[in-house]
Amino acid sequence: MITTHKRLLLFSLTCLAIGFGWFASADANAASQRLVLTGSSTVAPLVGEIVRKYESMHPGVRIDVQTGGSSRGINDTRNGIADIGMVSRALKPNEKDLHAYTIALDGVSVILHASNPVSVLSKQQIADIYTGKITNWKSLGGADARITVVNKAEGRSTLELFLQYFQLKNSQIKPHIIIGDNPQGIKTITGNPHAVGYVSIGAAEYEAKRGAPIRLLALDGVDASVAHVHSGAFPLSRPLNLITSHVPQGLAQHFITFARSQQTHELVEAQYFVPISAK
Amino acid sequence: MFQSVQNDALTCWVLRAGAVISALVMLLILAFLLIESWPVLDQITPARFFTDTSWHPLEGTYNLTPMLSGTLLASMGALLLAIPLGITSALFIVFYAPTHLALPYKRMIELLAGIPSVVFGFWGLTTLVPLINQLHPPGASLLAAILVLTLMILPTITLTAYSALKAVPSEFLHNAAALGLSRWGMIHGIVFPAARSGIVAGVILAAGRAIGETMAVLMVAGNVVQHPEGLFDPIRTLAANIALEMAYAMGDHRAVLFVSGLLLMLLVMMLSAMASKIGKNQYA
Amino acid sequence: MLEVTTINKWPHYRDRFVQLVIYLLVFLVSAVFAWILFDLARGGLTHLSWEFLIESPRDAGRAGGIGSVLVSTLLILLVALTAALPLAWTTAALLAEYVPTTSQFGMTIRFSLQVLAGVPSIVFGLFGNAFFSIYLGLGFSILSGGLTLACMLLPILVSTAEAGLRAVPQSYRLSAAALGMSRTATLFHLLLPVAAPTLAAGLLLGIGRAIAETAALLFTSGYVDRMPGSLLDSGRALALHIFDLSMNVPGGDTPAYASALVLVVLLLCINMLAMKLAYGLQRRKIMTT
Repeated sequence: MITTHKRLLLFSLTCLAIGFGWFASADANAASQRLVLTGSSTVAPLVGEIVRKYESMHPGVRIDVQTGGSSRGINDTRNGIADIGMVSRALKPNEKDLHAYTIALDGVSVILHASNPVSVLSKQQIADIYTGKITNWKSLGGADARITVVNKAEGRSTLELFLQYFQLKNSQIKPHIIIGDNPQGIKTITGNPHAVGYVSIGAAEYEAKRGAPIRLLALDGVDASVAHVHSGAFPLSRPLNLITSHVPQGLAQHFITFARSQQTHELVEAQYFVPISAK
Repeated sequence: MFQSVQNDALTCWVLRAGAVISALVMLLILAFLLIESWPVLDQITPARFFTDTSWHPLEGTYNLTPMLSGTLLASMGALLLAIPLGITSALFIVFYAPTHLALPYKRMIELLAGIPSVVFGFWGLTTLVPLINQLHPPGASLLAAILVLTLMILPTITLTAYSALKAVPSEFLHNAAALGLSRWGMIHGIVFPAARSGIVAGVILAAGRAIGETMAVLMVAGNVVQHPEGLFDPIRTLAANIALEMAYAMGDHRAVLFVSGLLLMLLVMMLSAMASKIGKNQYA
Repeated sequence: MLEVTTINKWPHYRDRFVQLVIYLLVFLVSAVFAWILFDLARGGLTHLSWEFLIESPRDAGRAGGIGSVLVSTLLILLVALTAALPLAWTTAALLAEYVPTTSQFGMTIRFSLQVLAGVPSIVFGLFGNAFFSIYLGLGFSILSGGLTLACMLLPILVSTAEAGLRAVPQSYRLSAAALGMSRTATLFHLLLPVAAPTLAAGLLLGIGRAIAETAALLFTSGYVDRMPGSLLDSGRALALHIFDLSMNVPGGDTPAYASALVLVVLLLCINMLAMKLAYGLQRRKIMTT
């Protein structure tokens, strides 16, 4: 007769067996056919599309993409959580231990709500708005309403580029709302007619073409358009990079080569970025 | 007979092992928080968390006080609103409601208690923030955080107050009736003193919940690191700060986030210790 | 001569005033609650459909449905329960049956569980990220998220299970002892079955809490909204999906409303079921004593 004691033992052994089986199969799944990419919210939509095309060409491969900001991409790649990082700027001197592979070009544009009568802002005016010296739209020729300043969170390279161009420090900026991903910024602006913010040109164009009521402003007289980023005329442009902690091999290398190849040019242009010709 | 003794001993040890593992979880959490915060506690004196110029981790300054004040102000504001609402709701259910209203109202409060914080935050984002924006931009503000937090802790206070009120012995109520006290007189003079420790314990628990709340506040408070100068200024709470910066924090910055997590945990631990002590005295 | 005594009407007015205030405040609370529900329904009801529940999200969630999200949520839940239930129920059995209430061992365990109950969920997220994702190398995965949730569920599962076991009348245990049953047999064949409805109610409450959890999962199970292929894949829980749609996706409000409706309805069912089980036990208790 099987006593309770033995029943318990049998039950726990079965559980352990099932558990190990699960783990084992999961591990096999996980190993070489998986890639994890994290980082910039600017690059993520583009990489998402590239991933979809890649996976349809190579069944059995699974690539996960998550946002979190360029600094997250660098962080995660360094400590191994991500295989490849997405960074929407060039690498800094203290990041020379990482390898960068450019997959597109993009710019940073200041955006307003489409209903805002103000259509041109000079470099000094933008700096004054962000440092709190100008607080009402009427001093710029707009409606009598307080300006709602939208700033990006620390760790986002869009913020770093913005600060660099306007020669400001983050401690000088007086924001009203802090946002993270580009789409969040766009969503905040569309929800608030008196808001001003800055996001990636690709993201802004993408949403504007789908009906979001936003307007991209010219910077220093140069219109914020993909063509101007391509020609180099737009003053605030940046490369979109995939980074790795060591020279990529296997699936990572294959994927990066694919991302930089001619096959992805259409995808890049569909996201309103500028494709690069691979080396 | 010996088989059953053996069984019993085995069971006892299995149960003990399970219980010890459960207890170890808390120690594990504390240990990991300490390990991860150690690098910064070593180098940066705790005083810097209060005296640095501002919170700009990428520039090396780690002043936690704006976020502490944001957390405390939001929680206190929420408590200020939720305590009267919660206690009156509980009074309503126990003393004032006609029977066919008391049960549905209680069910509604229990349902409110189960709604996730994301849903409250979402509703705040789509309804409250635009409303406040029309009053006074930017809309995402301390006020929005207070309102959403009130919604979240209101059910907790109501339900704990309800248990405390129910626990008042019925002889007290009968004596009051016999003495000819009016309903409010009975509540004010007899029920409240008797149920006070239970209600206070519930309020302290709700305070702990408000301090630790992350998602709802993250969605509606604007997330600007500053000391709020008015109800309509955006704020960032400690918990929301961790959620926002955790993803990309490296080195010292990451360690400081763990320190703020430790701070939160200790705050809430103190509050729950207070609550259980006060609650225990109920029958003293 | 007749003496005319004036009745002091003030207590009466005061009572009426208090009653009015209470009714007003209760009405206010009910109105806000109705407002929230109405907003949710108005925003999301039209978007709900069978396809919505089955399909995976497309276009960052603006199109398609929440099928893969529901599957991820379920898997995270399963992992959390598989890890937490054995631990919780053994602890509860120990605390209720095997250890006197005043023992040092029992009090230490209770204290640590009480502390655990108060820890904010974001701190669990920090811990989960540091321990499960980085130290144990699980990365952003359902496993990591589920184990973090298991830590969060322990206190509530233990306290409800302990209450359920304690509620079993002492006469049951004495009769078992009189019949010569071993303590193990008493536990497994008598006490647990009798306390089962309360245990189940506690389980359901724990499930409700787990489904509502967001902050702890942000950095442990990740954000990926595709159908997970294994436990080591990242998966997005329903609450996280609502968060992402509302914060990060322009035009994502309608699917967010619909997802929120699904979540609230799910929680409503779970809570009602739990309450039915718990009250059912009370009624049975009254009948047996």
